[in-house]
Amino acid sequence: MISIEAIYALAIGALVAGGVYLLLRARTFPIILGLSLISYAVNLYLVSMGRLAVGRAAFTLPGTEGHVDPVPQALVLTAIVIGFAMTAFSITLAVKSFVVFGNDHIDGREDA
Amino acid sequence: MSLALIVLLPFLLVLPVWAAGNRSRVLGTALAALAPIGGLALLLPQLAGVLAGTVQVQGWSWIPRLGLDLAFRLDGLSALFALLILGIGLLVVIYAAGYLGKDEPVGSFYAMLLSFMGAMLGVVLSENLLAMVVFWELTSISSFLLIGFWTQVPAARQGARLALTITGGGGLALLAGVILLSQAAGSANLTDIFAQGSALLDHPQYPLFLVLVLLGAFTKSAQFPFHFWLPNAMTAPTPVSAYLHSATMVKAGVFLLARLWPTLSGSALWFFLVTGTGLLTMVVAAWVALYKHDLKGLLAWSTLSHLGLITTLLGFGSPLAGLIAVFHILNHAAFKASLFMSAGIVDHETGTRDARKLGGLYRSMPITFVLATLGSMAMGGVPLFNGFISKEMFFEESVHRVAGPFLDGAAWAWALPALVTLGGLCSVAYSVRLVVDVFLGAPKAELSRHPHDPPATMWAPVAALILVCAAVGVAPAFVAGPLVAAAGAAVTGGLAPEVHLSLWHGITPALGMTALAFVGGPLLFLAWRPLERAQAGLLALDAKAGVERAIDALVELADRHTRWADNGSVQRYFATAVGFILLAGAAAWLTSPEVAPVDPIARAASVPELVLAFVLLLATGVVVRFHRNRILAVVFISVVGLVVSLAFVWFSAPDLGLTQISVEVVTILLMLLALYVLPAGTPSESSPLRRGRDALLALGAGGGVAAMAYGVMVRPQETIGGYYLESSKPLGGGTNVVNVILVDFRGFDTMGEISVLLMASLGVLVLLAGSGPVGPRALTPLSEDRFPAMLTSVTRPMLSLVLLMAVYIFLRGHNLPGGGFIAGLIAVVALIIQYVASGIAWTEQRLQLDFRRMGAIGVLIAVSTGLAPWLFRLPFLTSGYTYLSPPLIGKFEVASAAVFDLGVFLTVIGSMMIMMGRLARYQNSDELAAVHGRRR
Repeated sequence: MISIEAIYALAIGALVAGGVYLLLRARTFPIILGLSLISYAVNLYLVSMGRLAVGRAAFTLPGTEGHVDPVPQALVLTAIVIGFAMTAFSITLAVKSFVVFGNDHIDGREDA
Repeated sequence: MSLALIVLLPFLLVLPVWAAGNRSRVLGTALAALAPIGGLALLLPQLAGVLAGTVQVQGWSWIPRLGLDLAFRLDGLSALFALLILGIGLLVVIYAAGYLGKDEPVGSFYAMLLSFMGAMLGVVLSENLLAMVVFWELTSISSFLLIGFWTQVPAARQGARLALTITGGGGLALLAGVILLSQAAGSANLTDIFAQGSALLDHPQYPLFLVLVLLGAFTKSAQFPFHFWLPNAMTAPTPVSAYLHSATMVKAGVFLLARLWPTLSGSALWFFLVTGTGLLTMVVAAWVALYKHDLKGLLAWSTLSHLGLITTLLGFGSPLAGLIAVFHILNHAAFKASLFMSAGIVDHETGTRDARKLGGLYRSMPITFVLATLGSMAMGGVPLFNGFISKEMFFEESVHRVAGPFLDGAAWAWALPALVTLGGLCSVAYSVRLVVDVFLGAPKAELSRHPHDPPATMWAPVAALILVCAAVGVAPAFVAGPLVAAAGAAVTGGLAPEVHLSLWHGITPALGMTALAFVGGPLLFLAWRPLERAQAGLLALDAKAGVERAIDALVELADRHTRWADNGSVQRYFATAVGFILLAGAAAWLTSPEVAPVDPIARAASVPELVLAFVLLLATGVVVRFHRNRILAVVFISVVGLVVSLAFVWFSAPDLGLTQISVEVVTILLMLLALYVLPAGTPSESSPLRRGRDALLALGAGGGVAAMAYGVMVRPQETIGGYYLESSKPLGGGTNVVNVILVDFRGFDTMGEISVLLMASLGVLVLLAGSGPVGPRALTPLSEDRFPAMLTSVTRPMLSLVLLMAVYIFLRGHNLPGGGFIAGLIAVVALIIQYVASGIAWTEQRLQLDFRRMGAIGVLIAVSTGLAPWLFRLPFLTSGYTYLSPPLIGKFEVASAAVFDLGVFLTVIGSMMIMMGRLARYQNSDELAAVHGRRR
C-alpha cells in the first residue's frame, strides 16, 4: 500500500514541476499559471509541516479532542491571501505590458 | 583632544574655504592658511615633551567590535611628519595664491588641499592602524582630485586615474595586511603592537602580512615597479606636486615602513625586499631623471630616486639607518618642495617647463636663479647643505652593511655601496643639468613672454625652505639634532644610537664615495646627449599606456560578461535562478545530519484521498500539457484549486478550505478578465532543446520538493502548536486557535499582511490608471445575451443572504472556523457575482461604496487597535476581552481582537474589490481601445 504521505508528497511534487515548467515559458500568461501552481504547492507543503491529520480540530471548544497543529494553518491562511495579491498584481502587469509593448512576451519583445 | 583637533581643523575649514575662496582669493587664502597655522599653534607647545621622548596617546573607541579606535599618537616620528605637513602646507598655501590663474577656482583648490592636509595628518598621527588605513585612502582620493584639478586636460584626468588605481589598489592590500597584522598582534593599536617587540617576526603569517603592507607602502611611495604613477601625476598644479608628490603624500609609504619598523624589520625577507626595491628604484630613477626635459619630470624621477634611498635605508634594518632615513625624509622634503616651487615659477613666467627651450634665465630671473641653484646644491649633496649630511651618512651606512647580518661580507655585497655611489653620482648629474640648462647659457629666442621674477608671495616660500636647507646643512646638530633624535628613537623603539649630526665625519669611505660622485656627476652631465640617443627607445617606455590598456581590457571583459549574463531574457534569469536553488538544495541535502524516519507506512491512503490525488494530478497535467489553450488551462487550474480546497478541509484545516475556495473564485475571474485583453492562445516557440532543459529543471524542482515534503512528514515533529492550543482561550479569549493566532498572537504579522494586500491593490490601481469611469461604451453589448436572466434573478435576492452569512462567519470566527479574512472573501464573492450577473454599472449605482476608502479604513482600524493599548500604557497590539450580557441576546464575549479582525475584514473587501473593479473597467479604457484599434 502507498502511504498517504507519499501520495501527498507526489501531489506537491507534480504541482511544483508543472509550475516551474510553466514559469520558464516565454509568454506572460503561462507564467501566471505557473505561479499559481507553485502557490498551491507551497501552501500544501506548509500545511503538511503540521503533519497530515484527518478529522481533528483546530479549535478548542469543549468536547473537541485530538487537535491539529494550528501554527502552519495560520501561516497558510495569510499566505493564500498574499498569494492572491501577488497573482492579481502579476495579472495586471501582464495586461499592462501587453498594452504597452503590443505583445505578451515576457521580455517585452518577440524576437528574443 | 588637541591631537584630534590638529587633524580635524583642516576638515572643518574645507567648506568655509570652498565657499569663500571662489569669491575672494584673499579671504580664501587666509582661511586656508588658518589650518596649518592653527595646527602649528596646537603642535608646537607639545614639542618640548616630544623632544624629551614622551609619547602621547589620546583616543576614543569607535567600532570596538572591529578593534577600530579613533586614537591619535604623538611621538618623535609623528611630530616630525606633522611639522612637515603643516609647515610645507603653510608655504604651499601662500605660494598657490600667486600661482593659480585669475579665473581658476581658488576655493575648490584650497578645499581639496585642506582635505588632503587633514587626511595626511590623520595618517601620521593615527595610533590605530585601521583608522590609519581610512586616512590613507582619503589621501589617495584627495590626491586623485588634485592631480585631475585641471579637468579639461586629458593627461591630467588620465594621470589622476592612474594614481588612484595604483595607490588605491595598494591601499586595499594594506588594509588586508593591517587586518592580518592586527589579528596576529591581538590589537590594532600601535602601543599594544610595539609592546610585543619583534615577536611578530616568528608569526606564521608574517610573510603574508609583510608583503601586503609592503605593497601598500611601495605603491604609495612609488617604488619600483609601481613607480610610474608619480611622473604621470606631474600634470597636477605645481603647488600640489611640491606638497603631495614630493614632500608629504609620497612619504606616506616610507612613513609606514618607519612606523612599523620595530615590528616588521629585522628579518632577511624584510632586508632583501625593502633594500632591493629601494636600491633598484633609487639607481634607475636617478639615471632616468637625467634625461627628462620637463623640469617637473626631472624632479619627479629625482623624487622617486630619493624615496628609493629612504626605502633602502629603512630596509637596512639597523637602528642607525632608521635614524638616517628619518633625517633624509626631512631634508628631501625641504629641498624638493623648494625646487618644485622654483620649477613652477619658471613655468609660470616663461610658459614652458621644457629644459630644451629654456636657458639664460639667470639674467631675467636672478632671485629664482639663486634659489633654484641653492636648492639643486642641496639635492646634489653639496657640503653646507642638508642633503650632504644625510647622504654622507647613507654612504657610510651602506659600507657598514656589507659586513652586516644578511650580507656577511660576501664579495658581491660590495655591489651595495657601488650602486649607492652610482645613485649619488646621477643625482649630482641631474642637479647640474637643472641649473645649467635652465638658468645658464644663452637665452633661447622661442619664449613668447619676457620672464621676470615673480611676486614675493611666490618666491618667499622657496626662500624659507632654502633657509631650512642651509641652516640644517651648517649647524645640523643644533637645528635638526633633537627632532631627528626623537624621531629616530620613535622609529627604532629607542634603539637608535646617540648620534651627533655634524658636517665633518673624518676620512671615511663615505668621503671617497662623495668625491667620486662629485667628479663623476658633472662628467655624466657632459655626456648626457649621446647617452640619451643611445637609449632613446628605453627612455620612452611608460607603463601608463600598458595600464590603460589593461584597464580597458578589463572593462571590455566585464562588459562582455554582462552582455552574456544580463541579455534581457527573463527566461534565462528564471532558469538560472531555479538551477541555483536546485544546487543549493542539493548541497543542503548532502550535508545535513541524518534523522531517522518513523514508520513510513503508518497509514495507507484511503479511497477519497486517492481520488483527490488522481484528480489533482490529472488537472495539473492538463494545465501543463494544454497551457497554450488559455481558456482550457484556466478551467483546469480552477479544478486544481478546488482539489486543494478540499484537501485542506479533509486534512482538518476548515479555515484554509474556506479561504482557498473564495480566493479561487476571485482568481479565476481575474484570469478570465485578463484573457479578455491578452491573446487567447500561446504560440509554440521554444525549441525542443530548451523545452527539454526546462522539463529537466522542472522535474528536478518537483522531485526535490516532493522528497523534502515526504522526508519531513515521515519524521517526528516538534511544534510550538501546543502553547497556542493551551493559551488560545485563556489569553486570547477565543477557541478558534487559527483565528486567535492571526488576530492576536501574531497580530503584528497580520497587520503587515493586510497592508501588503492594500498596497498590491493600489499598485493595480496605478498600473491601470487612465481606465476612467464606466462610460457609455460599457453598455455596448459584447453579445446579445449580456446578462443571463436566470443568473440575474437568482443572484439579486441572494446578495443580502450571502452578506448576512459573511457577517455570521465574521462574528463566529474567534471561536469556530471563520473570521475577518474568510468573511471578507465571502462578501467579495457575493459582490462580484452581482458584477457578473448584472454588470458593473448597475451594481455600483446601487452599492455606492468607495472601496479605496474602505481598504484604507480597514488598515487604519487595525493600526488603531494596535495603538489603543498605548493609552493604557500597555505594549502595542495588546488585546483584551470581556463578557457582556445585554437582555434578550444573552451573555457574549467582546474582544479587542474582534475590532482588529474588522479591520482585516474591511481591508480584504476593499483591496480585492479595487483590483477586480479596476481590471473589469479596464476593458472599456481608451488605452485598450487604442490598442485594439491599432490591431485592426
